[in-house]
This record gives sequence, structure tokens and C-alpha cells, in this order.
Amino acid sequence: MLDLSPDEWIAIRLSLRIAVVATVVALPFGIATAWLLARKSFWGKTLLDGLVHLPLVLPPVVTGYLLLISFGRRGPIGAFLADQLGIVLSFRWTGAALACGIMGFPLMVRPIRLAIEAIDARLEDAAATLGANQIWTFLTVTLPLALPGLIAGIVLCFAKALGEFGATITFVANIPGETQTISAAIYTFTQVPNGDAAAARLVLVAIVISLAALVAAEWLARRAGMRFHGE
Amino acid sequence: MLDVDIEKRLGDFFLSARFKTSNGVTAVFGPSGAGKTTLVNIISGLIAPDRGRIAIDQTVLFDSEKRINLPPHRRRIGYVFQEGRLFPHLSVKRNLDYGRRMCGLPPDGAQMQRIISLLDIGNLVDRRPGKLSGGERQRIAIGRALLMRPRLLLLDEPLASLDVARKREILPYLERLRDEVGVPMVYVSHQAAELRRIASSVVRLSAGEVAAVGGTELLDAADADAIL
Repeated sequence: MLDLSPDEWIAIRLSLRIAVVATVVALPFGIATAWLLARKSFWGKTLLDGLVHLPLVLPPVVTGYLLLISFGRRGPIGAFLADQLGIVLSFRWTGAALACGIMGFPLMVRPIRLAIEAIDARLEDAAATLGANQIWTFLTVTLPLALPGLIAGIVLCFAKALGEFGATITFVANIPGETQTISAAIYTFTQVPNGDAAAARLVLVAIVISLAALVAAEWLARRAGMRFHGE
Repeated sequence: MLDVDIEKRLGDFFLSARFKTSNGVTAVFGPSGAGKTTLVNIISGLIAPDRGRIAIDQTVLFDSEKRINLPPHRRRIGYVFQEGRLFPHLSVKRNLDYGRRMCGLPPDGAQMQRIISLLDIGNLVDRRPGKLSGGERQRIAIGRALLMRPRLLLLDEPLASLDVARKREILPYLERLRDEVGVPMVYVSHQAAELRRIASSVVRLSAGEVAAVGGTELLDAADADAIL
């Protein structure tokens, strides 16, 4: 098998932790945003849509830099979080999770939004006449019917978070054991002599994790789809 | 019973309806485009009228002057849609039970059994809606609306999407419903023959206005599509 060094294991575990936390924390916001964009019309909707997609089109370094000047210790949000709540994000793994979550957010919102838009809104009306308020209608009708899109959104966000490099390294640097993810570790190994073997091992690990996530998503989506058509 | 006096503008279309119903089955009858579906959507709360008042007995559902507008989920009005609108991700049993759960009513196995045998759907309860025929789907939709114990049952062209044989299959169930369950019903259709079998009173709509209110003799005047 792969003979991974302790440092490489640390980078792998850190990457997984960051990607999971980023995805889990982004999920409620992603669902809420997707629902707003799919079902509601309000002032500033186009602006919200644009903001959500911004990390997709901006250079990642720019996103990372914007995070650094707003969430850094001396940034307006960062200073507030540090002084009032004792939360420091810059140069911490939690900051990496924030950067990854923001980079993955548009990829999460899009499939969920499309899935909600594809649901017949008349089913939601039917739920309302049967006594379900808006929250129950969402939980018992909209969300279960959007499940395949939900799974796609989760996997895309997770995959993006796992591989994110530019925004993360700009915001939280490349500190082994704290913010050095698989991507950052591979980058480091390519910069030092004799790093090729280590880089290759991590590349293989990244491929395996990504493939496993895709296969799992495909399987889950098929099972979710079967529930609507099968017995 | 149901007391309606509403106005609603939708683009070029203007609906103005004023009538009272008694217990039993009230037919809302009229040609396509007369505003029948808009009217039942307003009664159910899915569409808000511009002006007016809707009440069932002493309960006011909508009153523009007093700024009352109960949302649909608090009206307790069962609604059987033209296309059934069963939840595709839930089994028939969970579809049937949905309204009861959402209305916070305690489980009532006896009532469930009564409705299941009334509509003859016992052999369907473990299936998914996707596997049902049109007629079966409509029977489940009727059962689902009844099991929430509604104050009033709205049926919007419940047979329109079915072929003649299926219509013949469902009509006896609707008659049993009228005779055995005792929930007041508002039954929308453009087919006089269908209504003659089931209605006790008739509200005739024409181009967004109530043209006549009376008994089933109002159906005779109209050009009945003699399908049944």
C-alpha cells in the first residue's frame, strides 16, 4: 500500500476535516439561498444571485485576499470576532474551512436551486391546503423532492472544498498541521528537491477521495430517484 | 354554510361572485374560462381576492374590511385537484395520512379504515402514486382530503382528466361520499350530466359572474355534454 509519512497523514486528515466542516456549515445557508432564488421574488434578487456566483468567477487569490482584509485580525469582521467572541480565523484551519465553504458555495447552491425549480409548485399548494405551513411544506415536500439536487450540491461543494488552493493559501497560508491541506502539501513538495514521490502519493490520495465521493453521490442520487418511481 | 362575496381582477379577467350554499353538494357550473377554478382557489386561500368576504358558518376565512385572511393551511378546507397532486415521494398510506398529521389530529384508525373501504383503496395503500391509474389516483386524493376532517371539500373537475370508463368508475364513490360522509362539498365541473347525478344545488358561473343560483334544473338549460 501507500507508505504515507505522518506529515502526509496529517495533511489528509486536515483536508477531510476542513472539507466536511465547510460543507456542513455551508449547507443550511446553501439550502436557504437556493430556496429564496428558486421560489421567491424580492428586491435585490439579481444582486444576491451575482454575489453567490462571484467566487466562481473571481480569481481565487482575490477571494482569499478579500477574506484576509475582512476576516483577518485587523479586518472589520475579524477584529469583531476576535475581540467579542474570541474566534480567530486567519491562519487557522477554521479560516481554511471558511475559505473552502465560500468557494464551494456557488457549486452547492446551483444544483439545489435547479432541483427546487423543477418541483411542481402545485404540490406545495396541495400541502398547504392539507394544513402544512410553509416550513412543514418545505421539510416534507420540497426538500425530499429536491434530494437528488441536494446530494449533487453537497458533493460538488465537498469536492471543491477538498481541492481548494488559491483562496485558502492566500487567507490562511500554508502552515503544516494547521492549514496545510493536501493541495498545499502537494504544492510544497513540488517546490523542494526530492519531493516528487511524496507529491505523487498525495495526488493518488486526492484522486481516490474525489472518486469515492463521486461514486457515493451517484449511488445516493440513484437511490433517491428510485423512491419516486419504484414501488 | 359557505358564504362567498368576492371580487378579483386577474389581468383582463374580472371575477365577481356572490352566493351562499347549504349543506350537501353545491355545483359550480359553467363553461371553460368562466372563473370556476379561480373561485375555488380563492375559497381555499391559494389566491387572495381583491375585496370581499368568505365565511363558513361563523368562521370568517377572509374579510378585506377587517383585514382577515387565513392562510390555506389554517382553513381546514379539503381540496381535490383536477390532477390529483399526490406526493410522488410518499406511499399511498403516507399520502392519505398527510393532512391528518399536518393538522395535528390524533391518529384515528377507525376513520382511516372507513375512508379506505368507502373508496375501495385497501389494496393500494402500500404502493407509490407513480404506479397508480388516473382513477386510483383521484380516489386517493379524495381520501387524503377527507382524512384531514375538513369543514368543506372542494373538488375541481375531479373527473376531467379521466376517460369515460374511469369516470363511470369514480362517480359511484362520489355519490357514496355525499350520502355517507356528510362533508359539505363544492363541486366544480363544466359537465351537466356529471353534476346532475351528484349536486343538490347549483351556482352557474358565466364570464366571471354568477349568472344564476338554484337547483339542478339550472343544469337542464345548459348544453349538456351527453357523455355519461
